[in-house]
Amino acid sequence: MNAVGAGLGVALLLALAAAVAAPLAPRTARPAVAGAGTALCGAAAVLAGVAALAGQRLTVELPGVLPLTGLTITVDALGGLFLAVVGAVAVATGIYAIGYGGPDGRGVQAALPLFVASMLLVPVAGNVGGFLLCWELMALTSLLLVAAEHRRRDEVASAARWYAVMTHVGFVAILIGLVVLAGHAVDDSFPALRSAGAQLEPATAGLVFVLTLVGFASKAGIVPLHAWLPRAHPEAPSHVSALMSAAMVTLGVYGIVRVGFDLLGGGTPWWWVLVLLLGAVSAVYGILQAAIATDLKALLACSTTENMGIVLVGVGAAGMFAGAGNLLLAGLALTAALLHVGNHSAFKTLLFLAAGSVLHATGTRDLDALGGLRAGMPVTTAAFGLGALSASALPLGAAFVSEWLLLQALVHGLAVGGVATAIVMPLAVATVALTAGLAVAAFVKAFGVGFLARPRSAAAARAHESPPTMLAGMAVAGVACAALALAPALVLPAVGRVGGALFGAADPLAAGLLVVRLQGFTGSLSPLLVAGAVLVGTAAVALGARLLAARSRDRTAVRLWDCGAGPLSARMEYTATSFAQPLQRVFDDVVRPEQDVDVTHHRESQYLVDAVRYRLRVPDRLEHGLYRPVLTAVAAWGRLGARLATGSIHLYLGYGFVAVCGLMVLLVAIR
Amino acid sequence: MSVAGITVALVQAVVVLVGSPLLLGIMRQVRARLEGRAGAGVLQPWRDLRKLMRKQPLTPRGTTEVFRMAPLVLMATTLAVVAVVPFVTTAAVPAAGADLFVVVALLTLGAVALALAGLDTGTAFGGMGASREITILALVEPTLLVGVLALSVPVGSTDLGDIVTSTLRDPGRVITPAHVLAAVALGLAVVAETGRLPVDNPSTHLELTMVHEAMVLEYAGPDLALVELASAMRLTVFLGLWATLFAPWGIAGTTGPGAVALGVAVFAVKVTALGAGLAGAEVFLAKLRLFRTPELLAGSFVLALLAVVASFFFG
Repeated sequence: MNAVGAGLGVALLLALAAAVAAPLAPRTARPAVAGAGTALCGAAAVLAGVAALAGQRLTVELPGVLPLTGLTITVDALGGLFLAVVGAVAVATGIYAIGYGGPDGRGVQAALPLFVASMLLVPVAGNVGGFLLCWELMALTSLLLVAAEHRRRDEVASAARWYAVMTHVGFVAILIGLVVLAGHAVDDSFPALRSAGAQLEPATAGLVFVLTLVGFASKAGIVPLHAWLPRAHPEAPSHVSALMSAAMVTLGVYGIVRVGFDLLGGGTPWWWVLVLLLGAVSAVYGILQAAIATDLKALLACSTTENMGIVLVGVGAAGMFAGAGNLLLAGLALTAALLHVGNHSAFKTLLFLAAGSVLHATGTRDLDALGGLRAGMPVTTAAFGLGALSASALPLGAAFVSEWLLLQALVHGLAVGGVATAIVMPLAVATVALTAGLAVAAFVKAFGVGFLARPRSAAAARAHESPPTMLAGMAVAGVACAALALAPALVLPAVGRVGGALFGAADPLAAGLLVVRLQGFTGSLSPLLVAGAVLVGTAAVALGARLLAARSRDRTAVRLWDCGAGPLSARMEYTATSFAQPLQRVFDDVVRPEQDVDVTHHRESQYLVDAVRYRLRVPDRLEHGLYRPVLTAVAAWGRLGARLATGSIHLYLGYGFVAVCGLMVLLVAIR
Repeated sequence: MSVAGITVALVQAVVVLVGSPLLLGIMRQVRARLEGRAGAGVLQPWRDLRKLMRKQPLTPRGTTEVFRMAPLVLMATTLAVVAVVPFVTTAAVPAAGADLFVVVALLTLGAVALALAGLDTGTAFGGMGASREITILALVEPTLLVGVLALSVPVGSTDLGDIVTSTLRDPGRVITPAHVLAAVALGLAVVAETGRLPVDNPSTHLELTMVHEAMVLEYAGPDLALVELASAMRLTVFLGLWATLFAPWGIAGTTGPGAVALGVAVFAVKVTALGAGLAGAEVFLAKLRLFRTPELLAGSFVLALLAVVASFFFG
């Protein structure tokens, strides 16, 4: 058995052991047992993933695990990449979970390591039966975790219902798609599917792809199947949000890449135009919702939709380039997308964990009630700042590297595929650019309003720093963010090989520690030099300013400019709502905010105003337009059915009798 | 980076550092003369900076490190851009770093630092300025990057050195539809990014209209001097970038002292001419309402998109 097998085996055993031990442990020790088990399991998985990325392969057949199909474990480079990503997220969240507390019921604590184990199994499952089993296990364990706090808050139950329905609609779509594909193959193993996929008729292949795309997109939170994200992520315990948003969601991308490029062999260009357009719409819509959100965790959830959208733009572009015959460029676009998956996992883990600490300390997620956390929670503030920088595609941040690679692929791809790419690529660049701009707005808001300035509520003023294990979890994610931002060369060669290998092309880039250089195109980036230049520049300017300001060097604290009218109160501060108001107004037609102004007049005269009440709600418009009719139709169908079910046993027996008779008549008629 | 490269970077930094307040002075003087005023003289911005540097550094209560670091980061990002952009010579562009996307993102980083500082003060003015600045920033970004795309498609690279060299080699490109459209689009983006009329009025302190000034209202003394100097440098850098991309003539091809001196002189002339033109145009312009600005930026975005299409079909 090689390192991959050993790592994966140890990871799964640790997860199982933790899942058994956590419910048996005393109540106070349960989070520690579950968290430590999860972290160790994640660490072993990271080792297995790294070994797989280094070139080791593993195939294990376990025929007895599942009836009829058995379970095949196949680890290749693509699976190894996602194994490493999920494992790394599990390390940070596991450590964090030790001190987070939260719900300590037996089932919930056992579900955490099981959730991680099922997520580790999804990218290594090598047959349809096994894949679907792991996929469903992942959905169920995460559902348990989302619903963990349902006794405390009513919204949790609603969020869990949304999540359950959406994830199962997706599951059914994937199930049908993969079963249709497996129907054309000799058995349900992935190699058999691969050879069957190559000979499939375009129409059938298209059907398989679209069905699986629907399922995987619903998991990845792609518009219009994103409705569960801004519900489930905020209501779940924060370390679970981190696991879901940074690890589980990325497995949707894994599914699209695995089925589209690997099993179906690339297919026809319109598939990838569809993927790219879905990604573009998701990116802009997601970040727009994030930019006007006032719930800190909902903002992060919307940003997940945005980032998965960017990843799908890369995946779609890769498919278009591969269809046009430019495999090198396809490899570059896919590398950019996969690197963005890793970057997103790192910064989203950090951001959700930091948001969890804020929730832990203040009891609120409402940005309008936060602020001034720098004084009480310096480490969390620094962690969130680093995460926000990484998320907003600015230099010194992790997302900048992957978005730069993506932009390079789009720029060089303009002339590759004729008119189709010439129309799609500029729009894709514009999408990425608008997304980058709005991401800056969203994260400046989250960090500037949520953490800086003065407290906007008593809870925020009393905020205190989290326990050391939570800080340690954030530190792990923070180090990953910094490493990915400054030295992407640590992971880029491996990611590039995955991207290149899928298309049978050479490595799309040469990554030295200092300079990342594109292969076959001109273009190079040096994140370390850029960071060095900014840091050295800052130090030099600080020194120069100190030398020049010769007189009176000591800083004096003074009061803020208050027009001489006495100290400013917290109510005079800009809030998240007011910060986002210009953007909300600019995109009025897209977001359609609902505003109510109630003016209560004075009893004596209608010219005198007694009170003004202003209420602003920004509903998710897509959800409004798409889900409301479906939900109404389902409810109407249910009411119709209810009329038949009166509670009378005789009537029900009568239905049965009529149905059987009808069936008989039908059989006689068609035989 | 070679010794010559470092020397050129230092020369560019010094030229921009010393020259940008003068540019501001010239622009104010042009405006004053056109409006029938005498004006305070070209050196007035430098006098203001000297006065501010001598004052005591003040920190408003309740602000964090973000407030104190923001002017430094703003200045540092601007200097980093100045060091890599081939304003003076194309021979010393570093191998990695002079990428147009990196340059745009670095300039954005500086603006973000200042916006965070505005929010950090916790005053209504700071928040208002930051909110408006970030809104404009988010809407300018698509124009900037699509404009970059239009320029880099014919060259096959987003490297500034490559773009400038190829335009110098093929001067006819400047009058192609793609180039002209991109020039107009990026020109509007530059006006928005540097906070000039009609997007923002740099000489107003009226709360209804302030954008940049509202954000930096709490700064005083040496901090304010840094912010003012960095803002002037950003104006120079944006105008210089525009000139470098659309009128690259006079940029030296070697790093000899004579060539660099000529390059510096031509750069100064180009930026001064652009600045004077901008100031002259501002006399005839009124500030747009904040909520009319997106229309202007959407227009510039459409132009940038047309430029890409033109570069594909005619380029």
